[in-house]
Amino acid sequence: MTLTHLKRAVLKLGFWLMVITLVVYATFPFYYAVVTSLKPSSEMFKVGYWIDSVDWSNYVAVLSQKAFVQSIANSVIVALSVVAIALLLGLTAAYALGRVRFKGRTRVMMLVLGVSMFPQVAVLSGLFEVIRVLDLYNSPGGLILSYTIFTLPFTVWVLTTFMRQLPDELEEAAIMDGASPWVTLTKVFMPLLWPAMATTGLLAFIAAWNEFLFALTFTLTDSERTVPVAIALISGGSQYELPWGPIMAASVIVTVPLVILVLIFQRRIVSGLTAGAVKG
Amino acid sequence: MASVQLERVSKRFGSTHVIDEVSLSIDHGEFVVFVGPSGCGKSTLLRLIAGLESISDGDLMIGDKRVNELSPQERGVGMVFQSYALYPHMSVYENMAFGLKLGKASSESVAERVKETARILQLEALLERKPKALSGGQRQRVAMGRAIAREPDILLFDEPLSNLDASLRVQMRNEIARLHGRLGSTIVYVTHDQVEAMTLADKIVVLNKGHIEQVGSPRTLYERPASKFVASFIGSPSMNFLEGTCRSTDARETRVELKALGEVVLPYGVDSNAVGSPITLGIRPEHLTPVQATGSDAFEVINVEYLGNECCVYVDSDAEQFLTCRVEADTSIARNDTVSLRIDTAQAHLFDEHGQALVRAQDSA
Repeated sequence: MTLTHLKRAVLKLGFWLMVITLVVYATFPFYYAVVTSLKPSSEMFKVGYWIDSVDWSNYVAVLSQKAFVQSIANSVIVALSVVAIALLLGLTAAYALGRVRFKGRTRVMMLVLGVSMFPQVAVLSGLFEVIRVLDLYNSPGGLILSYTIFTLPFTVWVLTTFMRQLPDELEEAAIMDGASPWVTLTKVFMPLLWPAMATTGLLAFIAAWNEFLFALTFTLTDSERTVPVAIALISGGSQYELPWGPIMAASVIVTVPLVILVLIFQRRIVSGLTAGAVKG
Repeated sequence: MASVQLERVSKRFGSTHVIDEVSLSIDHGEFVVFVGPSGCGKSTLLRLIAGLESISDGDLMIGDKRVNELSPQERGVGMVFQSYALYPHMSVYENMAFGLKLGKASSESVAERVKETARILQLEALLERKPKALSGGQRQRVAMGRAIAREPDILLFDEPLSNLDASLRVQMRNEIARLHGRLGSTIVYVTHDQVEAMTLADKIVVLNKGHIEQVGSPRTLYERPASKFVASFIGSPSMNFLEGTCRSTDARETRVELKALGEVVLPYGVDSNAVGSPITLGIRPEHLTPVQATGSDAFEVINVEYLGNECCVYVDSDAEQFLTCRVEADTSIARNDTVSLRIDTAQAHLFDEHGQALVRAQDSA
């Protein structure tokens, strides 16, 4: 009797230890960034794990830089455009790939998947030429184009999987009601695909928001940079000084929107991801 | 309101003929039921009429217009699906109004039509609900409402009651019959349930492997099946079949020698070509009476099923399958009794070796 009690207690303890380890492992870097960002520069290199006093000077320093605020705006524009374009193209492609029977459908799907396997570096120089030819260098358009290339395969795959799960009879009912394919897609399928769209849209947003390599390569001036590059290029008074405080403050500022978005769409994402997983 | 004509309509998927040169005419206002075992092509035939599948060969006429290439909406057909296929994110009202709005009707006339439809189907109290908040029968009614709201000339039903439980099915069956009486539109209805077919249809079309076995009123199909397939498919419990040989026939009677029951004299004549060839005698359970055995031709009773209003008696015979008899509920026959069988010879059917019915001389005259 007592032995089973003991065993249960030990198991429970072990379980919570694992949970705590996981949570600390996942959140500690960000937590430390928050703590550091709230310290005045004089205390920057004193190791401390708790927030003793709140000092906003780092935030003020970052937000008073015009270029940084501009880079946030750039990031928002680029990420939202990528999400909008990826969802629009993804939905229409998913309708074709998930609903219309045609020859070579599987091959197209494989091709889409194959495209997403290229490492970024492999296409970097080629893409650079494309962007030069299209006259999109050093403009948000170039970033939107290149991010869309990398988010589309994922978007198409996930949305196609969801689209296939919707019952055929629903589409047929819409056809009987006289709906065109576009009306069927927007009025019947889209409302049912919201969880999937929230999931893929959010992941596309995160990818675009965090992307560094393309953003560094395809932009030149401060006014066109996105947030990750802007943070990396924050520099101190001399080349021997790294302004940790402002960097940490900037990191927190750009992470917060993502955290809020994820919290808002949390439920949808979970239902979206699992619904996609059970039947593919 | 319109009639439907199918002229040598075929449907092929690759090299398989799902529908093979089917010709059929459905009159205006008629209630036609397609029945058949699964895979017989009945749903495909319905979808060809609906316009959800393209016709490979032949002509489909609605009224006097060829509609092969027209969209479902242009054909003026409405359809009720097996799974109802209601739009889950729309209220009952929006579900029924969807098609009307797409048809560019003014919003007042949409509201009016939906209200009228809701009144006919007693859905007025449910208009604001979402489909997930409805019971099976209510969903079924909404699905019907969506189909009739646009006032189509032809209503198509694809096994609409197969998702409902037994008691609700009877209720909805009656509602559909009443609806047909009220709307007077042409209805084509697909089911695998022969009770639904018998109770609802003006005309039943029995399909088998992509072709029509027989078309006729429920009574015709039950009393004069054109083939062994129809005879066994219509009626429950299904017809008993006894192997034998035709000995002689003239204008008034036919003698057949049955392997299990010996010689039987049927009070009607058939085609004289049948004499000497193997035949199958079909007899419905209610026309086969077991009596306590007296002579040598005794059979053992395997089981007696008491159904309240009647009993089914299963009798072991030399045939491949046991024979079924339908008797009064207060029968004294019990399991393991030995009985002899009396055939109501006027109600017996004869089929040739290809399973086609031998036409009675009186009927063909």
